[in-house]
Amino acid sequence: MSLTLVRLDDRLIHGQVVVGWGNALEADRILLIDDHVASVPWERDLYRLGVPPNMEVEFASVAEAPAVLDQTVKSNKRVIVVIADIDTLVRVCRASDVVRRVNIGGLHEGEGRSRRLRYVFLSAAESESLRMLESVGVEVTARDVPTAKAIPLSEFA
Amino acid sequence: MTHVGLSDSLVRAVHEITGDDESLIAVSNVGLGRERMCDLIAELTLDSPTVVFVDLPGGSCLQAVITATRERADVALVTGVNLPMLLDFVFNRDVTATEAAERASLVGTSAIKAMGT
Repeated sequence: MSLTLVRLDDRLIHGQVVVGWGNALEADRILLIDDHVASVPWERDLYRLGVPPNMEVEFASVAEAPAVLDQTVKSNKRVIVVIADIDTLVRVCRASDVVRRVNIGGLHEGEGRSRRLRYVFLSAAESESLRMLESVGVEVTARDVPTAKAIPLSEFA
Repeated sequence: MTHVGLSDSLVRAVHEITGDDESLIAVSNVGLGRERMCDLIAELTLDSPTVVFVDLPGGSCLQAVITATRERADVALVTGVNLPMLLDFVFNRDVTATEAAERASLVGTSAIKAMGT
């Protein structure tokens, strides 16, 4: 099993992911699942800038995600999956059963959202989606950095 | 634009040392998603040629600045911001943004030395 972390974070690849979680989990690959980023070459280059030389980065659309995730769990790579939004996360979880745990790492202020934690803002619909995921067996917790305590979904959604 | 309060501290240090309080604007990424960061940078660079200094050479601040200004020829970017490059910058702004960014990169790099054994 090599999915070390599946992280929901609207900044995708950034310091907390690469430096904080990457070192703590000894990850050697980041898999970024996002339809927009996967389809735009300059955006892919942009996210590559944040990845150190000892890490690989791979991009996938939601449609490509099930096959890529299957390959990932069979590989000997230690992989962090990053996803920017709840809609994409739900679609990935519906299409693939390898995601059993999700880390909410950062969802910032936006229209219709209210503050749930310092780094988590959700709309009512997003809360409902996360509760739905947990009801079908996906464990959802919030934790911005590896040294923090994981906060169960029931405390913020 | 930096992580947490680094930009504010750097700008305050520049002001304390030089008295300059109009060349630099401190922007933090705290509490901002990428879209908000991009909007903020686009708004702050709208009126005039600008050099944007960021801390990490990869990460949310850099990504936001590139996204917001990639079609702006009059905006230049410097990563790895430090106090020496900012102190030099505030006295050498009468050039293009690209020239100022290149100078800041040289000054900032040359200020880093390992000393003593």
